[in-house]
Amino acid sequence: MLRAYTLAFLVFLYAPIALLPIFAFNSGTVIAFPLDGFTTRWFSAVFSNRELHAALGNSLFVAVLSAVLSVLLGLAAARANIRYRFRGKTAAMGLIMIPLVLPEIIVATSLLVVIVRFLNLPLSLWSLIAAHVLICVPFAVAILNASFQALDPALEEAAIDLGETRASTFRRVTLPLVMPGIVASLLISFTISLDEFIIAFFLTGSDVTLPVYIWSLLRFPKQLPIIMALGTLLVLASVLILTIAEWMRRRGLARAGKNDSGGFL
Amino acid sequence: MSRDNDPLIRLGGLEKYFGDYHALRGIDLDIGAGEFFSLLGPSGCGKTTLLRVIAGFEGVDAGTVAIGGRDMTRVSPNRRPTNMVFQSYAIFPHLSVGRNVGFGLRKVSGDAAEKRKRVDEALEMVGLAGYGDRAAHALSGGQRQRVALARALVLRPKVLLLDEPLSALDKKMREQMQVELIRLQRQVGITFILVTHDQEEALVMSDRIAVMFEGSIAQVAEAEALYRRPIDRRVAEFIGVMNFLPASISDGVVEVAGLGKIVADDLQSTAATNGAPVAGFRPETATILFPGQDAPGRIAEGRIAEVVYYGDMTYYDVRLDGCDKPVRISMRNVFGRPVLEIGAQARLSWSPGAVTLFC
Amino acid sequence: MQQDTKRGLTLIAPPLGYAVALLAVPLIAIVIFSFWTQDYLTIDRTLSLRNYREALTDPIYGAIMLRSLGISGSVTLITVMLAFPVAYFVSFRVPPAHKSLWLFLITIPFWTSYLLRIFLWKVILGYNGVVNSVLTGIGLIDEPLSWILYNANAVVITLSHAFAPFAILPIFVALEKIDRSLLEASRDLGENAMTTFLRVTLPLAAPGVVAALLIVFIPTVGDYVTPAQVGGAGGTMIANVIQAQFRDLNNAPLGAALSVLAMLIVTVLALGTIWIARRLSGGRD
Repeated sequence: MLRAYTLAFLVFLYAPIALLPIFAFNSGTVIAFPLDGFTTRWFSAVFSNRELHAALGNSLFVAVLSAVLSVLLGLAAARANIRYRFRGKTAAMGLIMIPLVLPEIIVATSLLVVIVRFLNLPLSLWSLIAAHVLICVPFAVAILNASFQALDPALEEAAIDLGETRASTFRRVTLPLVMPGIVASLLISFTISLDEFIIAFFLTGSDVTLPVYIWSLLRFPKQLPIIMALGTLLVLASVLILTIAEWMRRRGLARAGKNDSGGFL
Repeated sequence: MSRDNDPLIRLGGLEKYFGDYHALRGIDLDIGAGEFFSLLGPSGCGKTTLLRVIAGFEGVDAGTVAIGGRDMTRVSPNRRPTNMVFQSYAIFPHLSVGRNVGFGLRKVSGDAAEKRKRVDEALEMVGLAGYGDRAAHALSGGQRQRVALARALVLRPKVLLLDEPLSALDKKMREQMQVELIRLQRQVGITFILVTHDQEEALVMSDRIAVMFEGSIAQVAEAEALYRRPIDRRVAEFIGVMNFLPASISDGVVEVAGLGKIVADDLQSTAATNGAPVAGFRPETATILFPGQDAPGRIAEGRIAEVVYYGDMTYYDVRLDGCDKPVRISMRNVFGRPVLEIGAQARLSWSPGAVTLFC
Repeated sequence: MQQDTKRGLTLIAPPLGYAVALLAVPLIAIVIFSFWTQDYLTIDRTLSLRNYREALTDPIYGAIMLRSLGISGSVTLITVMLAFPVAYFVSFRVPPAHKSLWLFLITIPFWTSYLLRIFLWKVILGYNGVVNSVLTGIGLIDEPLSWILYNANAVVITLSHAFAPFAILPIFVALEKIDRSLLEASRDLGENAMTTFLRVTLPLAAPGVVAALLIVFIPTVGDYVTPAQVGGAGGTMIANVIQAQFRDLNNAPLGAALSVLAMLIVTVLALGTIWIARRLSGGRD
């Protein structure tokens, strides 16, 4: 019974996503049943829409930079958290992790106020990157915490004992063992940034990201089938990225000789 | 083992604090070249900290560490002529067995073929010849231990440091590795420093043992001296089993409950204690006489309170007349002679020369 | 030791500095900003309580705030109750080797196109949507149902869907931590499966449930996309008002005051939940 319930729950979880390809290949322009016929022209429209490409370019720029910066900051925080003891660590880690439980609208409005009202700066993709790094760092820290936790501190001591310096130990021992966690957190941060809308809506100026562009299209019923096609492609891309991230995470655990204890978070 | 006048390792006045916790208190210790030396003590006594100070992983708040006549107090671990076998073995999981063993050879001069040869020799020395290409995470506990040994010894250190290397192994494997470590130490001839909380392991393996309590060294001695002439009651209690009986002293004569009077000059030794004076003797230094049996020593009368059968041995708890606390006597079982029963009368043969007075 | 502390502080400095500069400082800034006032096109920088007076006296804000809390509260309860059996199933019934696959399947929808998922619920619940098509198709109803979209119900369904993985994961983690021999001990001491669940499993899973409650409640209060898409007039939440004040109505200081109030209320409720949970679990954390 529990299994049946869980399977039903999965159907509930996947129901909306399952509709995406159905309407993406439906030739009718109204997103409703019954279906009209098969077409691929919505996909062609996706590939020829300039504005969409510009938005996608912006999104990729924001997502790549956010991911890299988040993981660099996340590495420092996770390493400090797992490896060292110092006064005020709990408070510092608490502040770094807070965005995980802060309503996104608070992050958005408070950054908006600082940038526009206090600093008098124009909004740009950089303001969005700043915010995305803030919300991605906790996810990176969560994944990298686990990576550093799985790393026996004696391994680094052994390398130093065998003649390596701190720097070469990091390169020869720490980095290879934490690498799967780094890749996983890069991919997760990338995915979060790519999909984020609530903050992006507040902090983008004239250059919009893909979700903001999609939002603007949602008001025009004629554009909806194109959005369905675009969504289908995005879901495929996300699933691919997440599969790689999950695979990397598991490989990391296997390398460190640890048992798998769960997913992200 | 031969010990020169100049020790290989000289520790002077070491003090170490972890915050408010005083981990090492005035450690002075010399360890000779080629010695198999053990640091023995209960958990939290500072033995692992001391080992890590010698390795260079922990700095000290006062004192000096000299190795081979050179001051190494401020030298980092990668520049010390010491190598360590870690408690968790710390085998790099992303490298093969061969690459693990060859890890430290990167900075050693010599060509690749020569280094390969050294790795192979090291693997052969620990009985893992031909394992070079295996994945590290596929090894058993005993094999990981051997890889850790090979990895440390391949660098030909002056000192090999072993941090509780046998604690993760089961009893049979542990006893086998004890013998192998002794053989290996004789073969390479370098100083081994072993940290252990297992007094039996220390007695079996070491040339000399330092017993540590609460950050200080209580006694440094060879195994037999440590067992027979402990410096104080803590050491006597920690090493092996000892029976303690209340005692009082007057005019060079010791009155021991249950045993009677002993002339102080006849005692094996005297040692220190924090509490009231007691006399102690080891379980195997006394025997229970069977009916009709005679013995040269002195006799004490009592009754058997408990029998614990071990196969080759039997432990008897004997309540001596005039003493409430039973004493433990260990006896080798002899074929054809029945084990004594609870409640039976027991005549105990003992010798004043086996008694240590703690006062 | 000394050196280790220094290394730790050096490492934590960049991420901490970032969080201070882009989180702590902006939060202080928005509090200051909320005491300024909008004067047509300019901002009057004298400190004033006018925004707070307006936010607290105008009944519309109070009503929307209450409705937001009501919707978020129902979403949270429904989501956590729906999530618990799933987490229980994955933790106790799925063989260990398959657990991460199940978790992966559960988390995937969460990572994929937030906006489109919300929009698709509109498609599912709409007048000509999936639910109505199916129900009229099999003849269960004659007229399409109109009460399932553009109201608070639709918001609750959509948000419950969006935050399901957030609720499942902490409960799963708490269940995983339970030493299985405790359950055997309980059975050995005479409890049946049900009473074992109530007396052992549930209390030990409580920290995960509390985490799930908070992790769903807090972000849902701040969501403005779902209410805007599927909520209609009766599903408007406080974040929509804040968003409108910043973007359309151009009274950003009032929006800031509402943000600060929302943050305060959420924080108080969250701390209250944690406090009650601590009391109930007898001081354990």
